[in-house]
Amino acid sequence: MITFTEVKKVYPGGTTAVGGLSLDIPTGQITVLVGPSGCGKTTSLRMINRMIEPSSGRVAIDGRDTATLEVNELRRSIGYVIQSGGLFPHQSILDNIATVPLLLGWGRAKARARAQELLELVGLDAALAKRYPSQLSGGQQQRVGVARALAADPPVMLLDEPFSAVDPVVRAQLQDEFLRLQAELGKTIVFVTHDIDEAIKLADLVAVLRVGGTLAQFDAPARLLADPADDFVADFLGRDRGYRALGFVAAPGLPISAEPTVPLGATPAEAKQAAGGADWLLVLDAAGAPAGWVEPVRLQAPITAAELHRGGTLARVGGSLRAALDAALSAPSRRGVITDDAGGLVGTVRAQDVLVEIERGPKTGAP
Amino acid sequence: MNWFLGHLDEVGSLMATHAVLASAPLLAGLLLAIPLGWLARRYRVLRTPLIVGTGLLYTIPSLALFILMPLVLGTGILDPLNVVVALTVYTVALLVRTVSDGLASVPEDVLQAASAMGIGRVSRFFKVELPLAVPVISAGLRVAAVSNVSIVSVAALLGIAQLGSLFTDGFARNYLDPIVVGILACIALALVFDLLIVALTKVATPWLRVGSPA
Amino acid sequence: MNLLWEWLADPNNWSGPEGVWTRLVEHLSYSLVTLVIAALVGIPLGLWIGHTGRGRLTVVNLVNGMRSVPTLGLLFVAVLVVGPLLAGDVAFLGPAIFVLVILAIPPILAGAYAGVEGVDPGVRDGARGMGMGELQVLTKVEIPVALPLIFSGLRSAALQVVATATIAASVSVGGLGRFLIDGQAYRDYGEMAAGALLVALLAVCVDLVFAAVQRLVVSPGLAAPNDSLRWRAAPQSVPTTT
Repeated sequence: MITFTEVKKVYPGGTTAVGGLSLDIPTGQITVLVGPSGCGKTTSLRMINRMIEPSSGRVAIDGRDTATLEVNELRRSIGYVIQSGGLFPHQSILDNIATVPLLLGWGRAKARARAQELLELVGLDAALAKRYPSQLSGGQQQRVGVARALAADPPVMLLDEPFSAVDPVVRAQLQDEFLRLQAELGKTIVFVTHDIDEAIKLADLVAVLRVGGTLAQFDAPARLLADPADDFVADFLGRDRGYRALGFVAAPGLPISAEPTVPLGATPAEAKQAAGGADWLLVLDAAGAPAGWVEPVRLQAPITAAELHRGGTLARVGGSLRAALDAALSAPSRRGVITDDAGGLVGTVRAQDVLVEIERGPKTGAP
Repeated sequence: MNWFLGHLDEVGSLMATHAVLASAPLLAGLLLAIPLGWLARRYRVLRTPLIVGTGLLYTIPSLALFILMPLVLGTGILDPLNVVVALTVYTVALLVRTVSDGLASVPEDVLQAASAMGIGRVSRFFKVELPLAVPVISAGLRVAAVSNVSIVSVAALLGIAQLGSLFTDGFARNYLDPIVVGILACIALALVFDLLIVALTKVATPWLRVGSPA
Repeated sequence: MNLLWEWLADPNNWSGPEGVWTRLVEHLSYSLVTLVIAALVGIPLGLWIGHTGRGRLTVVNLVNGMRSVPTLGLLFVAVLVVGPLLAGDVAFLGPAIFVLVILAIPPILAGAYAGVEGVDPGVRDGARGMGMGELQVLTKVEIPVALPLIFSGLRSAALQVVATATIAASVSVGGLGRFLIDGQAYRDYGEMAAGALLVALLAVCVDLVFAAVQRLVVSPGLAAPNDSLRWRAAPQSVPTTT
């Protein structure tokens, strides 16, 4: 547990970056600090590894006041990832990752073996080990940054907008892998972002800060969406809060109907027969996974992949109400396709069935 | 001080010669460096030979270059043309890279926009690329101007009259005053050149003088 | 042109206490001594200024200001003022080396300072955040990353020193400059031109040696992508010539 007790940071000019923050950051979970620029989120993060010293108050890790620890030992025991990556341009990727183990005196062979292991853990090709940072893409550099922070297996990791400098597609990939990694490693993670969607996607707990560095709300993402503490938090969360909150509600009891299907390559006659008069018919690929929809009456020849309507999203069985509703709304037939974990077809749901389930569920959207 | 007041005319005429010997190569060098810098920017293959070649010329010490000039130009050793051509070589060496970097500093989207509006190649260069490269080129020009003033004085060792002659005369007569006056006159001349280039740059880049909206 | 080749072809001009080889060794020794002294002063000072950020305005003004001081005048003043205080050959060599050092410090200082100052703040932040002490940040990160600019400062200084050492022959010290100055005094253009050619070759060789050493010492990770010209970057960062 990382404990902030009445922590303040006032700069010489008189600007208050953090104004009396008290916060308990739980062990083994992802806590995201989020807020507009000037809310002191990065300052708060950097006070944990004493890159910035608090003006007053105290920060403790597992009950030990960080001010009493030797600053470089403290930092070596905490993983630190920053937005620009901060990789050393003159060192190979492998040596970059091995930095903290070498500072801790592990010995070159052991440090490099560990670095090689981490390279694979963060999903990078082992062949990149000998490259230099300038030869890597932005996304790859951020992975190296994460690997470098993990190198000495620190119990605590601090991440300062680590994914904000990469494009949205890569960012989503990095976020997914970050969650996979955390499921495996169970670190105590403090993550700073200005992007509320990223906070909601990644966090076990979100701390929303307002300008001047005070805490506006500290809650799980679902609670935050369902019950913002005040107008500031509500504004910051933005639109579609009700809809987004459904992402945290599981839909175990949805009535799933069987859906008639044909395989790719079926003739118009087969399709019309299978559809039994319905406007739209679901087509499966060779593996039995949903591929798209067709309108049987328009078919002139056996179905090819090119004529499929692919607008529908897929929801997993046991997934969230949001995914199920979106599947229904996005399908041209208005029947949302539900798959099993392997991607095989289970059946379809209709929007009205999802709405009935929403009506019946917990009113505040609490988890 | 007394020496200076007694030799005002002499110092004045040496300074005038010095100014000509230092500024003529600056103008000639700039005029040569613009097309060469453009070539270095436009054609990758030419960049290396141009910059390496001029760079090697730049490493040749000035006194040596002054002495070698007659072999190339067929001039006499006392001909001021040696100094002008040698300094032109240095100026070009310094500015080819500066001009090329300056042209490279022009944002690509501005060039695209210019082309998209149908501005032709040549007028795009003179109306868009060159004006926007002025700040970078001007920085290089200031370095060249100040260096030129200092280097011209070396030619006094060969007997070519300018402010450097005050150094050799003073040294020969074991007399400090003319040397100090010569140094101060050189620094003053360098300062005038520098301020002149800064002023011209300001005139040529009115868009840099306005503040951005708060 | 003939005078030049005749002079070079004469073996008497190459050997003995006033021959090319002796003068070359003199020239190189002056230059090396100067460069070592200037580096011992300039590099630590530049690193300190770059690391702490203190006194940066002084460096910029010093470098720009020194460029406008005519080296020949400075050399003569030093010999006339300091010379009489010294005895024998040192009366000329001492002030000459002193001026050479003064001229070599600004480019070295500027290179070291600019190199350290130019280190990406994120890189420095990362180094501290991983628990490096200030000395480790300097030696393990800032100096290696600053190396290309430290080198180009040294390289500019070296060229400056080789050039100014040539001019220093006019105050009766040795080195290849003697041929230029003595040839002028005896109206022997062959000797002057031969000396000038040798000086030019020496400068080019010194530059190439620095380029080669720089390539060996600097981490390949610091090469800007597509910039195969890095090894020729010297005159542009801190241009000086004399």
